[in-house]
Amino acid sequence: MSSETAISVRGVGKTFRVGASQARATTLGELLYQKLRSPFARRGRDVRFEALRDVSFEARRGEMLGIVGRNGAGKSTLLKILSQITPPTRGEIDLRGRVGALLEVGTGFHPELTGRENIYLNGSILGMSRRDIERKFDSIVDFAETEQFLDTPVKRYSSGMFVRLAFAVAAHLQPDILIVDEVLAVGDLAFQRKCMGKMESAAHEGKTVILVSHNMAAISQLCTRALLIDGGSVVADDSAVAVVARYLRQMGSAESEITVSGRQHDEDFGGSAKLRVIGFSCPTLAEGGFAFRWREPLVFDMRFDVLAPIRNAVIGLAVQTADGVELFGSHQIDQPGAMRDFEPGEYTCRISIENPLRAGNYTFSIGGEHGVGKAPLFLVRDAFRFDVHELSADERPYPRHVGGVVNVETRWQFGAALHA
Amino acid sequence: MLPVLQPESPPFAGAVLPSPADAFRPDGATDGNIVRIRPPRPWEALDLRSLWRFRDLLLALAARDIKLRYRQTALGVLWVVLQPLLAAGIFAFVFGRVAHLDSGGVPYVLFCYAGLLAWNLFSSVVLKASVSLVSNASLVSKIFFPRVVLPFSAVISALLDFAIGLVVGVALMLACGKVPTFALLAAPFWLALLVLLATGAGLICAALAVSYRDVTHILPVTLQLLLYGSPVGYTVAVIPEGLPRTLYKLNPIAPLLEGFRDALLGYGFVGSRSAIYAITVAVLVFLAGLIFFRRMERQFADVI
Repeated sequence: MSSETAISVRGVGKTFRVGASQARATTLGELLYQKLRSPFARRGRDVRFEALRDVSFEARRGEMLGIVGRNGAGKSTLLKILSQITPPTRGEIDLRGRVGALLEVGTGFHPELTGRENIYLNGSILGMSRRDIERKFDSIVDFAETEQFLDTPVKRYSSGMFVRLAFAVAAHLQPDILIVDEVLAVGDLAFQRKCMGKMESAAHEGKTVILVSHNMAAISQLCTRALLIDGGSVVADDSAVAVVARYLRQMGSAESEITVSGRQHDEDFGGSAKLRVIGFSCPTLAEGGFAFRWREPLVFDMRFDVLAPIRNAVIGLAVQTADGVELFGSHQIDQPGAMRDFEPGEYTCRISIENPLRAGNYTFSIGGEHGVGKAPLFLVRDAFRFDVHELSADERPYPRHVGGVVNVETRWQFGAALHA
Repeated sequence: MLPVLQPESPPFAGAVLPSPADAFRPDGATDGNIVRIRPPRPWEALDLRSLWRFRDLLLALAARDIKLRYRQTALGVLWVVLQPLLAAGIFAFVFGRVAHLDSGGVPYVLFCYAGLLAWNLFSSVVLKASVSLVSNASLVSKIFFPRVVLPFSAVISALLDFAIGLVVGVALMLACGKVPTFALLAAPFWLALLVLLATGAGLICAALAVSYRDVTHILPVTLQLLLYGSPVGYTVAVIPEGLPRTLYKLNPIAPLLEGFRDALLGYGFVGSRSAIYAITVAVLVFLAGLIFFRRMERQFADVI
């Protein structure tokens, strides 16, 4: 193992016994019963499930390695083995340096204890010494922005505060190898950015970061390299952008279908039997892309059935961040053409928005009314979930140090000095 | 590949703990700070050095346990004192007043208190250790640290309760006009054996409880039985010769309790043969606990 290699995984496999409930006793009573009935019988044939098979890869120091794959592909098992929570069945792993794993935000926090007590408890659970925690205490509190609640039991915290504090402790672990599983799914957008920044700076300091996420924008933005895991094996090991593209191609249209059909709750269509939404599609997604870029048009197509004549229909949309903050909305009456009447029949409607959104996950909802502020016609919440994908650092059209969710064009004009 | 400029050791290397991983694989090939993860071998004894390495965690968990137990109680830590005092009163009433048993001139309350003090140490170590993994399931399945820290933190929190009880016990002795003698120096010996025995049993129960939750139901009843089979409210003198006496002698806790009481009050019955028996059993159970725990440890995260 060269000194530049931080992680070396060779032929690792993990086998679980599954469906063995009839073969294996789960209570002492069953165990005794089995032993008494047939004391010399070997345990029945186990059904084996290979969660991981022959996984091999290496990661250099200072590298940010992404791991992607659908649910059940074996990502979490791999992380649990890497962080030594569970041993492998086969193979070997060499790790250089101290490992810090963050598989879940807030594990080990106790609701009855205060913020201060939890920082010490959680810090030591994650492997920090008491002196270590004392030294970093102020920095942790700073990062979490929870100073005035330090002596309040955590059970009275808002969920946002809780998550911030939990991540703050973990972020100060300063391991040589940081393993992170899907933590970006929590917290508000600003905090997610802060977490990503923390991981990026860890990598710059020469730490190795392994990130598992379903957030493709985050993977392709943060990671240099990525692994695609499917059925317990590594099927691709390439640049993050290439692996993400392959993964999304593999998931293909399936994902956009799930997004649409999975979101059509019955109650969302309440109010009127005059209009029925048939489906949504997103023409730019169909072309093999997976996410939009800043200033690219966001295009959504909606197909709907009008069952009875409708007068003065108003259709509007809203775009929210993944955590539910409404960013902007728009109605078709904002344009000339105003309210529309529909005769029975099938219609399509195309909505284009010049994308002002920066990288992140967003949702798109659409609904209609019989005239402005009148009875609802239909409503589909979260009709679409989509990512906005940031370009690589060199192509980025706006400066990184500017925060916020959206980017708008601004013009600056300086006058001459008024007083010389 | 771009050359990456970096210092040989990370900036905070001095403050960073030794990797938790070497604790996990005591025999693992550690070359410098490289940790090797391999499939486990079937028989390995637990490495207790990891307890020292994770002492901060050990103490933090014990502190959590103690803080939580008395949070939102009006009397708080006073319960540590009140509980055994009340229990000793009841025992003294039942065995001393109702059954008229002999306590060798020692006030019966004091006699029972000393027995209960040692017994409570034993039973709370076993009980707390046995649930230590199951009640921290999320930690076990999501975070790496030597699992053995959990039952041992339970032992520490039980020892702290014992220490407070002991102070009260000494106060009670002085109040009854009993002055501790040099025999008190033998007390740590008996206590150490008691804790060893209890920890071994606790480790086995904790590991079993991960797969078989039945343990947490059987244990309180078993401990109840053991309590009445141990010389807490009586002495060996009241046990009839024959089968009852033989059964009684099989109980390894009895000599340890008698020994402790003898050290404290100068009144106890420990024969050298039963002492050797108790010592042997305590050490064997402790070792069995370490080995059994280690053997079961690797599947904790998958099964819990």
